Amino acid sequence: MGVTPKLGNMGVVTSTVEEAVNWARTGATWPLLFGLACCAIEYMSTQAGNYDLARFGMELNRASPRQADLMIVAGRVTRKMAPVVRQLYDQMADPKWVISMGDCASCGGVYNNYAIVQGVDEIIPVDVYVAGCPPRPEQLMHGILTLHEKIRGERISDWAS
Amino acid sequence: MNIIKGFATTFKHLREESITLQYPEQVRPFQERFKGRHHLRRYDNGLEKCIGCSLCSAACPADAIWVEAAENNDEQRFSPGERYAKTYEINMLRCIFCGYCEDACPTQAIELGHEHQMSFTDRRDSIFTKEMLIDAVPEGGQPTPQKVEAGAFDRAIPDMPDPK
Repeated sequence: MGVTPKLGNMGVVTSTVEEAVNWARTGATWPLLFGLACCAIEYMSTQAGNYDLARFGMELNRASPRQADLMIVAGRVTRKMAPVVRQLYDQMADPKWVISMGDCASCGGVYNNYAIVQGVDEIIPVDVYVAGCPPRPEQLMHGILTLHEKIRGERISDWAS
Repeated sequence: MNIIKGFATTFKHLREESITLQYPEQVRPFQERFKGRHHLRRYDNGLEKCIGCSLCSAACPADAIWVEAAENNDEQRFSPGERYAKTYEINMLRCIFCGYCEDACPTQAIELGHEHQMSFTDRRDSIFTKEMLIDAVPEGGQPTPQKVEAGAFDRAIPDMPDPK
């Protein structure tokens, strides 16, 4: 919607711009610096030397949501934490993506009780779900690569809407 | 003098080999006991080991397994037992890979393998069906359902070659 009717017949230009922008976005998706539970430990070890997220341009964990592109919800989200997570998501500037890391963030996992949000997609839109309890660094990186694939498939018409 | 000491340490570590694993191309070998994605096993003749008893789903602490059993007959035999799993689904986003299903299984039909690459863009993809979980028919075996002679299988739980 929005942009494409105004552009007219510029297919070559828009697809090239799309490719260039998507390439740039996959090259530097800075994650937001926060962790909620034990998944955060695996997340930290993914950042460390052995697995080294810098290879994907993600070495920079921004503590400010204004500068972050990617939110990795690492751990169970309690009902008390849910408004905070939602506020952090709202404060992030577009374009923004969300990875729901692990079972608890994805669907509550073993914590099927009144205190835990049964899946973080109840409060924020999730792009990639990563299975595992907690996921190994390999599994998280597989999730990141899945997200990269998704970003590469984004269209200029989706940005404008 | 301290600054020279400091830089000496830096340059000493510069010469060291990198410990970083180049993940998608290179995968670190897992421990034998690592628990990854589930497999449903078959006997050598191609019959399924699962007899649809739902003990795995009873043992599952996360309620991730759904089993629906149906009766075998000699015209259409899926497993050597009385029943077989008509539907067998595991929600990989609920599963915590604890291996209790493996322990609970009386026929060792379910085993946790080493596949670990499971990320989904849609949560509906996370439900793995029986077709995705079951092993290929082994060499010399026949696919299920099999037509067998009457009275060949008369036990509710089949004889185990190596009972625990």
